Amino acid sequence: MVTYFADIFNGLISLFVGMGITFKEFFSPTVTVSYPYETLTMCDKYRGHVELIENEEGKPNCVVCGLCEKACPSNCISLAGEKPEGEKRKVLTKYILDFTRCSLCGSCVESCNFNALTFSKEYNLASTRKEDFIFDLLKRLEDRNK
Amino acid sequence: MSLTLLNVIVAVVIAIGFAALNAAYLVWAERRGAARIQRRPGPNINGPFGLLQPPLDGIKLMAKQLTIPGGADKVLFIAAPVLAMFPAIMSFVTIPFSESIVAKNMNVGVLMIFAFASMGGMSLVFAGWSSRNKYAMMSSVRAVSQAVAYEIPMLITTITVVMIAGSMDLMEIVHQQAGSILHWNIFPLLGNSHNILMPMSFLIFFTCTLAETNRAPFDLGEAESELVAGFHTEYGSMGFGLFFMGEYANIVIGSCMTTVLFLGGWNAPLPFLSFIPGVFWFLLKLYLLIATFIWIRWTFPRTTIYGLLNLSWKILIPLSLFNLLFTAGLIKVF
Amino acid sequence: MNSPIELQPDETFVLNVGPQHPATHGVLRVKMEMNGEYIVNAETVIGYIHRMHEKMGETKTYPQFLMNLSRMDYLGALGYSHGHVLVVEKAAGIEVPERAEYIRAIMVELNRIASHLFWFGAFVMDLGGFSPLMYALQDREYILDMLEAVTGSRLTYCYFRFGGLYNDIDDEFIAAARSFIPRMRKSLKKYDKLVTGNVIFRKRLEGIAPLSKEMCRKYGASSAVARGSGINFDVRKNEPYSVYPEFDFDVPVFHECDSLARYNVRMAEMEQSLRIIEQGLDKLPDGPIMPAKKPKLIKPPAGDYYQAVETARGSFGIRLVSDGGKIPYRLKLRSPTYSNMHLFDEACRGMMIMDALAFMGSLDLVIPEIDR
Repeated sequence: MVTYFADIFNGLISLFVGMGITFKEFFSPTVTVSYPYETLTMCDKYRGHVELIENEEGKPNCVVCGLCEKACPSNCISLAGEKPEGEKRKVLTKYILDFTRCSLCGSCVESCNFNALTFSKEYNLASTRKEDFIFDLLKRLEDRNK
Repeated sequence: MSLTLLNVIVAVVIAIGFAALNAAYLVWAERRGAARIQRRPGPNINGPFGLLQPPLDGIKLMAKQLTIPGGADKVLFIAAPVLAMFPAIMSFVTIPFSESIVAKNMNVGVLMIFAFASMGGMSLVFAGWSSRNKYAMMSSVRAVSQAVAYEIPMLITTITVVMIAGSMDLMEIVHQQAGSILHWNIFPLLGNSHNILMPMSFLIFFTCTLAETNRAPFDLGEAESELVAGFHTEYGSMGFGLFFMGEYANIVIGSCMTTVLFLGGWNAPLPFLSFIPGVFWFLLKLYLLIATFIWIRWTFPRTTIYGLLNLSWKILIPLSLFNLLFTAGLIKVF
Repeated sequence: MNSPIELQPDETFVLNVGPQHPATHGVLRVKMEMNGEYIVNAETVIGYIHRMHEKMGETKTYPQFLMNLSRMDYLGALGYSHGHVLVVEKAAGIEVPERAEYIRAIMVELNRIASHLFWFGAFVMDLGGFSPLMYALQDREYILDMLEAVTGSRLTYCYFRFGGLYNDIDDEFIAAARSFIPRMRKSLKKYDKLVTGNVIFRKRLEGIAPLSKEMCRKYGASSAVARGSGINFDVRKNEPYSVYPEFDFDVPVFHECDSLARYNVRMAEMEQSLRIIEQGLDKLPDGPIMPAKKPKLIKPPAGDYYQAVETARGSFGIRLVSDGGKIPYRLKLRSPTYSNMHLFDEACRGMMIMDALAFMGSLDLVIPEIDR
């Protein structure tokens, strides 16, 4: 008999305690960032898709060694270069990143010994066509330098 | 047309308009309230503070196709949402918003409102049965057993208040709670009841209102949604809209009844504050109760069906019966 | 209160709780034979998200496989990566610097808390309370921000490498972690008052789906499912690995065997993880995060290696059979949720649907991990 009333009473108290917590939360500030009217900045080490790094003259550091292509688990990278007359190193002519297969693992960035690749901070990529996500990184580098 | 008939028609139109406007904008209030509890903004894009959201939602719902499942009972299928909305709106006719603002005061006002509320239970059966969908049927069975189980303590508590007031007329009940806050039926000291257990009756009545309107934490009928969407699964477009608005109209009716029976209607809490018109106090208490409904919904999880029925049959009914006998005894003795 | 009724054999119908759930378990299909409200028989059908990770393990080289582990169980990804790097280091004999070991342990424990927070929110949402989900996700955002500042990703980290880590942590991370610990403790108290003490919630979970010890042993259950039934087994204590012997923490075990016990185990585990993080931050040594002599090509000698780690979902085992080449011969992943989930088929007989779904929530299933 006593447990009957004790149960009811304790249950009722727990309900009021719960309601007190939501009451307090009602007056707390909202934590939402109203994207797209407000945006956040990405942290330094954020992993967007990779971009080529250029040297002082605006040419990519890449020497077309092909280590990034071999390291990639998903066969996203295809690159080609040619050796111009009288130069010691190859020059990059084509660097295609297939972002539809990329998993942002970072193997390419890690495997590069010539500091040619880094992560970008692109996060709001959206398109209706798959072809928009096959990035031509050399062209993007030239567009950036214009 | 005589002036009194015109009066009555205008009053009825205003009562129905009030009910419909409330039902529409309570959706907005619920979404904003729920959002603030969860620390997010809620609708704020359509119109300032999102105030245009309900009309736009209504337009969207009306633009959708009204489908009736093949093989469903057409008459019952279309009648069910109407039957959900109709009793709540009609009950507004007798509720006294203040001394002079009442569409038509009847001397059996309490009885009429509860009669209409019972009719609302029929809409659950019609919706579940006519949908020809075994899950809708299953959940409407549950909703009906919930409605029946919770009407009983509600009526017993109302009988307690009616016994104290001596009349079923809503205006009379409110008049007897005039004075100050301590004369209201919830606080027993100076009022008519002298019954220390009246707050318990208030809590029982409030819980029954929550359960009758299928509101969380008793919302098995509609949000049982782990797999079944409840008794209004097959309704789209305005059928669903009517159920939705009917639920909010029922909430407003339930809160009105709680205010009138327990919280003193349009009476001011302290005598010197009576210069503020009564309708203001009534609306203030009404909206505080509705805010509590919203607050409770977004705090607690759902009960199970047997927990819900146990609560009613094993806890609420014995306690309310005890209070009834106790009050009867006190009235006889004192 | 919840005793099953007499079942007439010809009155059952089949209810298909299809691959798409309103609840957040993933793509799991459960064919339930029902008699009115009660379940007569249930059969779980998996395989809707099978992505052939084990086959990829046989065609990719060791460094190329690192990223697959995060995709298996995306909520507690670092624990799985930890198991993988440990077994390959064991096989190839790579030494890990001490600073890297401590940082790994801190990161894994942070990830465990994030996973449990998400489970908590989704579980209470299944039961009908929508607000604790938002609070739990907000706490989880702090953890994800911290991890993002160090690793660059929020959910599918590719952070551990053979021999150490990809990036070192900086002072900002340490300060953020230290300020997170008291905040999380306050939140745990809040969840206690809002959810655990709530009478409606307790009535939903007390006595539901009791799983005896024998049944847990029969199915090989681990983590909260076993510890809620009284079996005191935690891989970090019983088969210690990495730097866990240095930490002082308890393993919560409850004996009531019902859903509330499993819930309590996970909530207590969050507190223990906070203790490990505190001790890890205090004891963090300086030093390098990758070994000085790192082999260019990982080619473990031929043999059979096994490593078990304790993840948020249970005892994750990874078995590596190497033939001396640079691609594994066989990489077997033992998924804990696979064993935990099959308890559902047997234990849910005679229950009502609402209770069965609450039981499924208390098992903490993540279907991509079952299907790999």
